[in-house]
Amino acid sequence: MTEPTDTKLRTQAEIAARVKALESMLIEKGVMTTDAIDRLAEIYENEVGPQLGAKVVARAWTDPEFKQRLIADASAACAEMDIGGLQGEEMVVVENTDTVHNAIVCTLCSCYPWPVLGLPPNWYKAPAYRARIVREPRKVLAEDFGFPIPDSVEIRIWDSSSELRYWVLPQRPAGTEDLGAFELAALVTRDSMIGVGPVATPGAAR
Amino acid sequence: MNGVFDLGGTDGLGPVVTQENEPVFRAEWEKAAFAMFSNCFRAGFFGVDSFRHSIEKMDPGEYLLSNYYEHWVHVAEDFGAQKGVIDLEELERRTQHYLENPEAPLPQREDPELLAFVDAVVRSGAPANRPTDKIAQFKVGDRVTVLADSPRGHTRRARYVRGRTGEITGAHGAAIYPDSAGNGGPEAPEHLYTVRFTAEELWGPEVAEPNTVTYFDLWEPYLSLAPTRP
Repeated sequence: MTEPTDTKLRTQAEIAARVKALESMLIEKGVMTTDAIDRLAEIYENEVGPQLGAKVVARAWTDPEFKQRLIADASAACAEMDIGGLQGEEMVVVENTDTVHNAIVCTLCSCYPWPVLGLPPNWYKAPAYRARIVREPRKVLAEDFGFPIPDSVEIRIWDSSSELRYWVLPQRPAGTEDLGAFELAALVTRDSMIGVGPVATPGAAR
Repeated sequence: MNGVFDLGGTDGLGPVVTQENEPVFRAEWEKAAFAMFSNCFRAGFFGVDSFRHSIEKMDPGEYLLSNYYEHWVHVAEDFGAQKGVIDLEELERRTQHYLENPEAPLPQREDPELLAFVDAVVRSGAPANRPTDKIAQFKVGDRVTVLADSPRGHTRRARYVRGRTGEITGAHGAAIYPDSAGNGGPEAPEHLYTVRFTAEELWGPEVAEPNTVTYFDLWEPYLSLAPTRP
C-alpha cells in the first residue's frame, strides 16, 4: 500500500519513525511540545490560508483607495484587515492587467506569503516548478497548468530571493459588477494569487 | 555554494505535478516537522539564513528525492547535533523503537510560554529589514550587472542571474545580508534591490520565450553599475 509521503528513498512509516524519535528528544530537551505542534497545525489548517488573500483581493476590486494602498505597501494594507505576520513581514502585491500577467516562485528554496496564501502546495516546493517557471513560463502555464497566456501579454516572474514576499492581484472578471465583496472573494482561487490559474467564473462559484 | 537546490533554469525535471484538494499536512509527521522550524528557532538553533544553508548542504540526491518537510527535519537534526541537544546514536535507537512500535507514545511536557510564542510569532513575524547608516550606491532605473563569481557558503545570488545585467525597479533599504548571517556571521545589513531581467538576457535570444521578464531581489554587494545602454 502506498502512503502520501512515500518516496523512492523511504516509506512514510520510516520517515514517521525518524521524525517521532527526533520529536521525542526535542520534547525532553525543552525545545518542543506536542501542544505547540497541534497549535501550529490548527493555525495553518483552519485559520491562515488563501481565504485571507481572497478577502484582500475582493476588497481591492471593490475599494479603489484600498487597492492603491495595497499596491503601495501590501503589508500595511493587509494589516488594516488584521492580516499579516510570519513570512509576510514585507509583502509586495503585483497587479495583473490586460497587458501584464504575473506569477511567483522561489527558485532557491520555497518562500511563499503565508499570511495571505497559507502554506504552499507541494508542487510549489518541488524541483520542477522552481526550475522551469523562470525559464519557460509560457510553456509551464499552458501545458502544466492548462492556463495559456497570449504572447501579446507580458509575463513577469517574481523570484522571491529575499524576505520580500510577492503575490498576485488577479483581474476582476467581467460580469461581476453586481457581486459584493463576499461573493467576489469566493471567486478568488489560491492559484490565481500565485499566478498559475484563473479566477473562478461567476456562475460556477460556490 | 553551487548546489542542486539552486534550481532556476535546470532542465530534465519533468512536469509540474499538481494535486487537487491536497491537505495542508499529508501525514502527522509533517505537522511535527513543520513545528520544528519555529520551535527550534526559539531555542536558538538557527536564524532563517543558516536554516536555509543547512538544507543546501544536504546530500544532493536526497535533496531532490525527499519530501520537502524532510529537509526541515534534516535542519533540526543538524543543528540539534551541533548544539549538543541531539545525540545521533540515541536518535537511531529511538527511530528503531518507533519503527517497531509506531503507536508508542511521545513524552509529554507542558510549556505555556512556548504556546504563547507560537501564537505571537505567527501574528508578528520576524522582519529582516534593518536600519542602516550606509548610503545606497544604486537607485531605481540604474542598470546593474550581477557579480559572476561562485562563492563558497550561503548566498542568494542564484546561478542563473550571475553575470547578467538588468534594471533596478525597486530599492528597499537595508536587510539582513544572507552571505553573512547564513554563514555564521552577524546580520551585517546591506541595501536590497529588485532587479528586472529580460528572458533574452537570462537564457539567450535563441531559447528565450517572447515578452517575458524575471524580477530577482539582490543585495548591494552582489551588484556593480553596468555601462549605459548604447
